[in-house]
Amino acid sequence: MTDFLALIAAKYNYWLYIVLMMIGLYAMIAKNNLIKKLVGMNIFQTAIILFYVSIGFKHDATIPIIQGDHGHGAAHAAIKAADYINPLPHVLMLTAIVVSVATFGVAMALCVKIYQRYQTLEEDELRMRLSEK
Amino acid sequence: MNNYPAIVVIAPLLGAFFAGITAWVEDRFTYPIALMALGIACCAAIGDLCIVLTSGPIQYKMAGWAPPMGIEYRIDALNAMVLVLVTGIAFLNLVASYQNVRQETSDRTGAFYVMYLLFVVGLTGVVSTGDLFNLYVLIEITSLSSYTMIALGDKDRGALASLNYIFIGVIGASFYLLGVGYIYIKTGSLNMADVASMMPAMAESSTMLAAFILCILGVFIKMALFPVHVWLPNAYSYAPVGFARIVAPLMTKVMVYAMVRLMITVFGFDYIFNTLSLAEGVVWMGTIAVLAGGIMALSQKNLKKMLTYIIVCEIGYMVGGAWLGNTLGMTGAILHILNDALMTFALFLAVGNMVYKLDRVDISDLQGLFAKMPWTMGGFVLAAFSIVGVPPTCGFFSKWYLILGAFEAGAYHFAAALLISSLICAVLFFKVFEVCFFEPMSEGHGDHGHAAVAMEEAPVSSLAVLGIVCVSLVVVGLYSGTIVDTVITPLLN
Repeated sequence: MTDFLALIAAKYNYWLYIVLMMIGLYAMIAKNNLIKKLVGMNIFQTAIILFYVSIGFKHDATIPIIQGDHGHGAAHAAIKAADYINPLPHVLMLTAIVVSVATFGVAMALCVKIYQRYQTLEEDELRMRLSEK
Repeated sequence: MNNYPAIVVIAPLLGAFFAGITAWVEDRFTYPIALMALGIACCAAIGDLCIVLTSGPIQYKMAGWAPPMGIEYRIDALNAMVLVLVTGIAFLNLVASYQNVRQETSDRTGAFYVMYLLFVVGLTGVVSTGDLFNLYVLIEITSLSSYTMIALGDKDRGALASLNYIFIGVIGASFYLLGVGYIYIKTGSLNMADVASMMPAMAESSTMLAAFILCILGVFIKMALFPVHVWLPNAYSYAPVGFARIVAPLMTKVMVYAMVRLMITVFGFDYIFNTLSLAEGVVWMGTIAVLAGGIMALSQKNLKKMLTYIIVCEIGYMVGGAWLGNTLGMTGAILHILNDALMTFALFLAVGNMVYKLDRVDISDLQGLFAKMPWTMGGFVLAAFSIVGVPPTCGFFSKWYLILGAFEAGAYHFAAALLISSLICAVLFFKVFEVCFFEPMSEGHGDHGHAAVAMEEAPVSSLAVLGIVCVSLVVVGLYSGTIVDTVITPLLN
């Protein structure tokens, strides 16, 4: 049991992203309201962004900006990779955030369109309206 | 240094930009811009293919940055072939769809063409990129533009079908992204060739196993393999015709290409078939997809819906073939990417022509269509024969390779599913032909002599494109031996 807890504590960032992801997935599958589903979708995507951000992190490391005393002197200082957080996953996530925002925007616009047509965003009611046609 | 690999992607992108600007001023000018952009892309893709076939793979470093820093586009024979296919179909479809777009989305033709171009940007990018994260972004560009296009379609159900597609598409893309994250943790690289060179040393790693499963699962969702196919039929059948007939042949096929690329270039056959023991399970999934797609197609009353279920069935062929674990199966799967794109394109072109004249395409509405639209129906029959697998058409040859591969791998269930699904397709299409061939009951049945039905054909541009595609079905079929020898076999060795 203590082993298991230690395992969770040691890799808590992974457990956190899994829990968040499952919350998002649950909302996307189980919720009846389309907006709630969208919120679930956003949580799902955010979980993955958190995962990426956490894999770039190192203990006792600083931001990946070279800190020299003067502009030109900085280039001569040896760069130790261990001292800096890996910026690449963070940069990738900038793009992924843009993608997720764009998806969310398109989905919201579609919700507006659906609401204008059917006056409802509850999925069961929508299904009823569609079967009437 | 030639710039063809970049031009293929950049030309539609710039086209979308300029078309977007002119759409503010005057909607009419967007069409020629789109046509020109796709024409340039198509020529560049053909240029790519010529170079690759004469002097081997191209490594194109975007803006001159070498791979660990920059993004690399790597074009080999497989990419080049799929690029020609994508840009060619996109260009021909644009020519054919002019009237359909005017009829269906007359108030937003500008927006339609801009999104259409962005869709092509995504597809060509997915095909040519050599970078794993880049692949994710381009898949999402493709998906985002297809969400918006599907919402432009059917007034009642388009938006809802598109929203369901978004939910499932996001799950698929996110799984893929997660897999890329695991690859990055383990290898520290996002370049496909780099990862492949580190793969043999990591065959036992469980991180790599998780990465592999997540990536493949994400791609499976995006290509609509059977249990996760639910988004496809609604999304494709409620999309506007001009878009349905590019998304149906290309989107799923490009995702199959992405799977093949992950298998060949990133993880490698050795890892997939010798280290892991997943292949047999996936072949079973393919078998079930083939049968389920066929059976669900049988129960459809709407022609468009029926064709979308046939796509689900065809995806089963390609996935099953690729995972058989031998060269013959993979050859069949790659050849089927080409053939199935052409066949589906021809079928949807014919259906688009029918929609243009009839508006509704429930199978019972199609009575007497052979007399009314003989040319369209001629093309439809040829494409249907190709799907069933009648010899001179191309569908026969890829099925032949797939069946040979199945026998070699001892996967008799897959071979059986292939044969059964061919029979199901034959039944399906003869059901349609029967309705189309006989005169409507109200006009006095048994009286075949009088020509009461006037010929009402679709616009000449659509018919000409249908003709070209149908000829290409036979030509590709006759030359499939050459294609296998020059493109596929060197790649797999």
